Amino acid sequence: MSFVEYEELIKEGDTAIIFLGHGSMFPVQVQRGAQTQTKYGVIRHSAHLIGQPFGSRVTCSKGGWVYVLHPTPELWTLNLPHRTQILYSTDISIITMMLELKPGSIVCESGTGSGSLSHAIIRTVAPTGHLHTVEFHQQRAQKAEEEFREHRVDRWVTVRNQDVCKNGFGVSHVADAVFLDIPSPWEAIGHAKDALKVEGGRLCSFSPCIEQVQRTCQALTEHGFIEVTTLEILLREYNVRTANLPMPDLGGALDPLPVLGEAQFKIGVPLKETVGHTGYLTFASKNLF
Amino acid sequence: MEGAKGEGPAGGGAMEKCVEQPGQQDHHIRDGDFVVLKREDVFKAVQVQRRKKVTFEKQWFFLDNVIGHSYGTAFEVSNSGNLQPKKMMEEITSETKEAGIDNRNIVDDGKSQKLTQDDIKALKDKGIKGEEIVQQLIENSTTFRDKTEFAQDKYIKKKKKKYEAIITVVKPSTRILSIMYYAREPGKINYMRYDTLAQMLTLGNIHAGNKMVVMETCAGLVLGAVMERMGGFGSIIQMYPGGGPVRAATTCFGFPKSFFNNLYEFPLGKVNSLLNGTFSSKALPSESISVSVEENNGILLDDLQTSPKEKEENIAEVIENNHPQQETMEIISQEPEFKEHKERGSKKDYIQEFQRKQEQQKKRQIEAAALLSERNADGLIIASRYHPTPLALSLLEFVAPSRPFVIYCHYKEPLVECYTKLREKGGVINLRLSETWLRNYQVLPDRSHPKLMMSGGGGYLLSGITVANDKQKSESCTLESQKTEEPTAKKRKIQESDSALEDLP
Repeated sequence: MSFVEYEELIKEGDTAIIFLGHGSMFPVQVQRGAQTQTKYGVIRHSAHLIGQPFGSRVTCSKGGWVYVLHPTPELWTLNLPHRTQILYSTDISIITMMLELKPGSIVCESGTGSGSLSHAIIRTVAPTGHLHTVEFHQQRAQKAEEEFREHRVDRWVTVRNQDVCKNGFGVSHVADAVFLDIPSPWEAIGHAKDALKVEGGRLCSFSPCIEQVQRTCQALTEHGFIEVTTLEILLREYNVRTANLPMPDLGGALDPLPVLGEAQFKIGVPLKETVGHTGYLTFASKNLF
Repeated sequence: MEGAKGEGPAGGGAMEKCVEQPGQQDHHIRDGDFVVLKREDVFKAVQVQRRKKVTFEKQWFFLDNVIGHSYGTAFEVSNSGNLQPKKMMEEITSETKEAGIDNRNIVDDGKSQKLTQDDIKALKDKGIKGEEIVQQLIENSTTFRDKTEFAQDKYIKKKKKKYEAIITVVKPSTRILSIMYYAREPGKINYMRYDTLAQMLTLGNIHAGNKMVVMETCAGLVLGAVMERMGGFGSIIQMYPGGGPVRAATTCFGFPKSFFNNLYEFPLGKVNSLLNGTFSSKALPSESISVSVEENNGILLDDLQTSPKEKEENIAEVIENNHPQQETMEIISQEPEFKEHKERGSKKDYIQEFQRKQEQQKKRQIEAAALLSERNADGLIIASRYHPTPLALSLLEFVAPSRPFVIYCHYKEPLVECYTKLREKGGVINLRLSETWLRNYQVLPDRSHPKLMMSGGGGYLLSGITVANDKQKSESCTLESQKTEEPTAKKRKIQESDSALEDLP
């Protein structure tokens, strides 16, 4: 396995996603001789995982069973150990498209945080692109680096432990795109401009508060960025259910048809509660002139 | 179209040069490039050709002068219809420091502008620059000085938009083309909003090296988006209904020729025979080329992104310039090979060429059939005007276990049915029916607010992950557990916390 390339069979060292059903899952690091406990019993890596194809059903010791899935950045986002608040796939999708990321893109990111977006960027820019990610928190930077190695994507990413607002991205005029998820993005706009290629590029800043957006937009205009747009994307999920509506009794039959009973139909109902706001996304292009 | 054009829609002479010389040169506009014109928030995709008249936003001009400039350069239309590069100008906005506090004394008497319609027209006819007209309008507005600072700003912006036509030439991308299509031709892409397309690419884990199955009737926009994300690595098998795949939007991307080497197409009408093993290459439709050419001809790159008014003009042009039988030639003529034949006027050569292409197409379809038969695709993307259920049930057969799939539909109800049917069939987990809402903001000092609410119109997605279907093996299980793909013991446990679990974000 690798996060940037599908493989058929599970092998030692892989990160696999154990799927328990109903969206409940967790990641495991596959190791010969290791065991993983689930509520359905034990999974023995050597016997149950290594050499098996991804997507197969594994019967655990108590007779229950789970599926083992190939890791993807989207599954990782749902299962990664949080060291910070993270970006989810809905925001990541629009960020990736609006930054025009594709194989070969050179991207600068800060902060690395828990690496949720980083994995998605690496997946998209591989095998010819690169991610330069900056995290000022030393422990988080180290942890991210470890994860990138474990996931065999370290050749597509460079982690720098420095303050992006003071020291920038550590590269100059190489990036096609810059992404900022920091408390004061307006202090990093100058560095972002410097990191982007001379020929131009795209920028995105993620902020939860409108006051942050305001200052960022102002800084972007001052630094000559154009096409400054701010948007927000919201996910609406639906549960598919069978609904029943009983027929009302209107007191006897005027109509000869027997209308009493129930009407049954399949519906998609919105979740009772859902994420109402993650953050505002501000996009801009570096001006040529 | 692919068959007819042989080497793919990007097969122009200039394009090939572009491919051979990557790097810095990529940033300069060349003759033959596929580009996107941008004015304010309006886009139009065109191919750069010398002495070709282009109509955009009620203006016509030639693109000759854009050649050699960097992508992102802004141009102004001169009187002669040529585009002149325009540097960023100094803002002349706040010469007038005077401004009112509120509008209590501003009366709409219709006489605040001292310049008449005729005066303005005369200024325009004299070829006076747009910015000067705007300045004159401000000077001749009696109420301008009484307006608040914000209202002055707004007034200038509005006038600039009308009189200072600045056209930027940008490089095509999924971002630009999907925004353009949603704004101009939403019907051609089944009303798929660009944020929905973005979700599809991410949920489908589209990346370099994949072997993707794509079934779309979105003018080739979804295909193009997938191709962009795969960067020429891996392979794509496009399933098509009718005579051939529509790739009008794919062409707009201006992909290098190499991207088409691993793009295959397979007729939807042969899927069942492929699945039950009765497929034979002889059964392939031989007339498909002519049909596909005609289908594409209706949506030529040029009249593809035009407003109804412009369309009329274009149609008039076509009638003027072309005899009916030449119409099919127009798209082919983009390829130099064909041009030569046409010029020599040798009909026999053309027919031979035609047959050669036909054979080639057949060969490609056999290759596509072989790729599908391996049943190990890395994902499935469906976005069409057809009912998604039969497409999903059949095409998922070609996908390997533990791979994501995404199905788009403009309506929610068919996806509810599809969800139910996929559940019954098994072999899929983590099914999710979703939709995204997109909200744009105006961000200005003291004037920030949401711009417009977009909802409902962007379409719905059903996504999930394939797994090994152990139906046959689990015959000993109860019928109940088969249905839900859960053993009874497990099911009971889950049912208790059912709603709580499902309501998690």
